[in-house]
Amino acid sequence: MNKTPEQINQDLLRPIYHTTWRFYAAATVLTALVLAAFFAWGYQIYFGIGVSGLNRPVFWAFYITNFVFWIGISHAGTLISAILRVSNAGWRRPVTRCAEAITVFALSISGMFPLIHLGRPWLFFWLIPYPTERGIWPQFRSPLLWDFFAINTYLIGSVTFLVLPSFPDFALIRDRASGWRKKVYSIVSLGWRGTPKQWHRLEMAMRIMAVAIIPVAVSVHTIVSWDFAMAPVPGWHSTIFGPYFVAGAIFSGIAALIIAMALLRKLLHLEEYLRPIHFDNLGKLLLVMSLLWFYFVFAERLTTWYGNFPSEMSVFWSTQVGSFSPLFWTMVFCNFIIPAPILAIKNLRNKIGWTVAASIPIIIGMWLERFLIIVPSLSHKIMPYNFGSYRPSWVEITITAGTFAGMGLLYLIFSRVFPIISIWELKLGMGKETKAPALASQATAAEQP
Amino acid sequence: MNAIYGLYPDPDSAQRALNVLERSQSELGFEDHDIAVLTGEPYEEYGFGKRDNVTRMPWIAALGGLVGGLCGWWFVGFTQKSYPMISGGMHLVTKWSNGIITYELTMLGVILTTLFTLLITARIPDWFGRKLYDPAISNGKILIGVTNPPEKVREELERRLAAAGAEVVKDFVN
Repeated sequence: MNKTPEQINQDLLRPIYHTTWRFYAAATVLTALVLAAFFAWGYQIYFGIGVSGLNRPVFWAFYITNFVFWIGISHAGTLISAILRVSNAGWRRPVTRCAEAITVFALSISGMFPLIHLGRPWLFFWLIPYPTERGIWPQFRSPLLWDFFAINTYLIGSVTFLVLPSFPDFALIRDRASGWRKKVYSIVSLGWRGTPKQWHRLEMAMRIMAVAIIPVAVSVHTIVSWDFAMAPVPGWHSTIFGPYFVAGAIFSGIAALIIAMALLRKLLHLEEYLRPIHFDNLGKLLLVMSLLWFYFVFAERLTTWYGNFPSEMSVFWSTQVGSFSPLFWTMVFCNFIIPAPILAIKNLRNKIGWTVAASIPIIIGMWLERFLIIVPSLSHKIMPYNFGSYRPSWVEITITAGTFAGMGLLYLIFSRVFPIISIWELKLGMGKETKAPALASQATAAEQP
Repeated sequence: MNAIYGLYPDPDSAQRALNVLERSQSELGFEDHDIAVLTGEPYEEYGFGKRDNVTRMPWIAALGGLVGGLCGWWFVGFTQKSYPMISGGMHLVTKWSNGIITYELTMLGVILTTLFTLLITARIPDWFGRKLYDPAISNGKILIGVTNPPEKVREELERRLAAAGAEVVKDFVN
């Protein structure tokens, strides 16, 4: 790519200044779905949680599946972006902001599910750990309270990680805008001017944030896994749940990132910036995670089968050959059998269509995985007289569909407000690419006698 | 505030201009802190991109983490003692589970301290300060100039900035 800074500005700021009919059409459809989800939630609030499919003994189902799933998707962004920053991977530059935005939106969506699951969401403040005079004290031994701290820390860190490198790009928009847009971007750019001191402090802050956010991201999904692993429920009480959940989260996160990037590339005409090499590199990461996921699933199932505890085996057989087996084997196909061969063959992986074709089943498979962790275990708890089943109602299905639409809508709006690719980082990377051969030739010339 | 500055098309000419200004300080009667550099991207490889690059931000962030961790430890311990559960003779303050919250608040301390250190040391937000700026830097130009130059050397400064390779030399008056 050989473009001047002006051309890059024009290409990447085009979506902010020009709105096509496709944007309005997509926004209308997605808004309708989100409104349907809010209607379903309102219906549940009015008539009570009984309108959902939740019943004894399955009190966690679609809502908690969605909570865990969206937390997992949130690992697409900040964690991947931070790892690529720390490892100084040059190809990350067009990818990071797309990824970081996924984190912020996915976390916000996941944070709604404990509220939806409450049934009486106006009492949400009971979730917040504060000492009260009512004798309801914060139970710091509960993983649910650890969740509160971990998710909020991750959300604050992710928003900061997304917003900090955006100031120079906001200043860029400010310089080219007029009217209300100029006023808004003047405020959000915080008066950024681009002094060496500002650049240096920003880069230093991003380095510190990248190092700090990686352990936070790992801790978030580990703690979410402990919501399950700390309970003596068959299928849950496992020491590998922490790394198993983190690997699954990164797996689904990369798949979501690939799909989002492919859509943005097509819709915003970013073909010159989001190139096949980016999808190829993410495809390699996805392949590694697919293999890792399969390894964890195999290790978890094998030890359960070998241990042969009756309560564990009732959950095991229900997923292998029982009522949940169609979902289980669909999950295995979606997460391993379909994507692994596609991603392993270089000639397929370096074609964007094939990488996306491998990613879509992974999203489906990882949602099923979250569902299969929760529902079979709760429906086959230790006491056989307490076995039950679960069937979702239209309320849960509508709310679930609405969250996917909500994610799409938030992303669509984001691409109209933020430059979806970090412009200054892209220019910086291009400068380094052009300087590197020149410096190398200078070094070679200096070495020659 | 007023200033004279040149807009440079590439970092090499900008570096030349900075070298000229640094050599001319005593002759033309301005100080090092009067030299202004503005760019649309960081230039770490060049001298003009390395000005003001000393910071204690990592240490301040570490201190913030320490404070966050101590606050977290105190918060959970204080609450557990103030609102004691019936624990059957077991410890009221549970170190292992409290450690998780302490860890999260340590990291929160690092994140927030980094954010505020950036805002304070980079002097943002600065919505009302009418400081030297030119929108051309967002198109890749590099601004090198002198703020509040002595009146009698303005012409000489303009000449030297132009000679270093400036595409255009401008006056900024506020």
